[in-house]
Amino acid sequence: MDIFSISPQVLLGQLLLGLINGSLYAVLSLGLAIIFGLLNIVNFTHGAQYMLGAVLAWAGLNYLGMNYWLALIFAPLMVGAIGIIIERTMLRRLANVDHLYGLLLTFGLALIIEGLLVRMLGVTGQPYAGPPELKGGMNLGFMFLPYYRAWVVVASLAACLGAWLLIERTKIGAYLRASTENPNLLKAFGINVPLLVTLAYGFGAALAGFAGVLAAPLFQVSPLMGSNLIIVVFAVVVIGGMGSILGSIVTGLSMGLIEGLTKVVYPEASSTVVFVVMAIVLLVRPAGLFGKAA
Amino acid sequence: MQPELYASPDEDLRITDLHAFYGESHILHGIDISLCRGELVTLLGRNGAGRTTTLRAIMGLVSRRTGSIMVKGQETIAMPTHRIAHLGIGYCPEERGIYSSLSVEENLLLPPKVASGGLTVEQLYEMFPNLAERRNSRGTQLSGGEQQMLAMARILRTGADLLLLDEITEGLAPVIVERLGEVLTRLKGMGYTIVLVEQNFHFAAPLADRHYVVEHGHVVETVLKEELKAKTDLLNSYLSV
Repeated sequence: MDIFSISPQVLLGQLLLGLINGSLYAVLSLGLAIIFGLLNIVNFTHGAQYMLGAVLAWAGLNYLGMNYWLALIFAPLMVGAIGIIIERTMLRRLANVDHLYGLLLTFGLALIIEGLLVRMLGVTGQPYAGPPELKGGMNLGFMFLPYYRAWVVVASLAACLGAWLLIERTKIGAYLRASTENPNLLKAFGINVPLLVTLAYGFGAALAGFAGVLAAPLFQVSPLMGSNLIIVVFAVVVIGGMGSILGSIVTGLSMGLIEGLTKVVYPEASSTVVFVVMAIVLLVRPAGLFGKAA
Repeated sequence: MQPELYASPDEDLRITDLHAFYGESHILHGIDISLCRGELVTLLGRNGAGRTTTLRAIMGLVSRRTGSIMVKGQETIAMPTHRIAHLGIGYCPEERGIYSSLSVEENLLLPPKVASGGLTVEQLYEMFPNLAERRNSRGTQLSGGEQQMLAMARILRTGADLLLLDEITEGLAPVIVERLGEVLTRLKGMGYTIVLVEQNFHFAAPLADRHYVVEHGHVVETVLKEELKAKTDLLNSYLSV
């Protein structure tokens, strides 16, 4: 294997593909980080919520004639609303017990949601046509870039930037950060923290749904699409540091790029490289690259 | 509108037979305290006597509480914490509770307004000039004294006029303790009602209208300002380790 014999075309092409995956990782791990920060729960339903976004977009198109752009708004709202119901009716009850119960509950919910959809739709993937406005692409010289893929990167980064600004620069973001640190004092200041927790869970779930709609035209829409992706996303969250907002965005993007790079130099390892990085980070910096040591 | 000196002896806080629990541990065994508007009282006692728990119980930050806590005429024993705050209470916890992920100014602006008539940010920076200089620092980069001032300033902006202050002089240099004493005198003059949990009796003595001595979750002695000289020995016997 000789790294220097690799053509820049191939390298740049794979890095760009990595960036696309990485931007989806970033949106998904960002949602996980927000939920973890406020609920202290690793949301195992996240993959199912991502899948639900894609399936809702697909079903909207096939049964209601809802176009992609409407789906990009309504599917995340639906997924967020379902998330709010889950938080209010189930997770809320587990707030005062060990957080492991929350993890188990969300894991069980993911299995139920996936199982139900497998029964309804089967396991075969359904193609979802992207928006006609983004058909075609451009020749970058080193690769042909479909406009849709470029859009996925732009939309993901915009969502990440928007969420980051919301959390770091606004009043409600200050409440979220404060609630992550010391929710009881925030209550004593007169903030309805349980409501904040519900909204944060809904927002995290909606981000997953948003990523799902973005992904629908890229991959086949299937009830199992979430469980394939989410394992990598959990690794991303561990690498970035549980609950770190910026960490999850930066790590998501860089892990996508590292996967792309590995596809060039040693393709066999491309699906494992993220876990290798995770293992190394856990050994060297157990709190994650951006996490605060407990 | 600034809080005025209240002429009428309205009760801001009346606690009757308050019991409080953390999990299974029964911490308060029937506390009775009452405060009129504009009064400053202290809760004196040894560590673990139940003074901090009394403040936390007023805010609903204990696992369970029974009895009665009337805040400005409203029963709060069954109210959720965030609604109690909106009756106009400002709570400054013992650990100060400065948020490390927020800047000084974000910390200052964090608590929502609970009533009209809070101090403006300018007035607070005038009262605590150190905070103005460090407004863009992370909250926990401040010194202990500055963090305490921030914790105080934070609740003065909200319009709360009933302040629950827990061990605000703990671990601070004498010059800062003196500064806090001046601030409390000024607040009292402005008509604030204040419950002060204090270890430092010499700090508290000249400020307070009344002292409640708490022991084993009960109020065992009430000492009025006038009785302070006569009861010094008694107080010392309660407070000595």
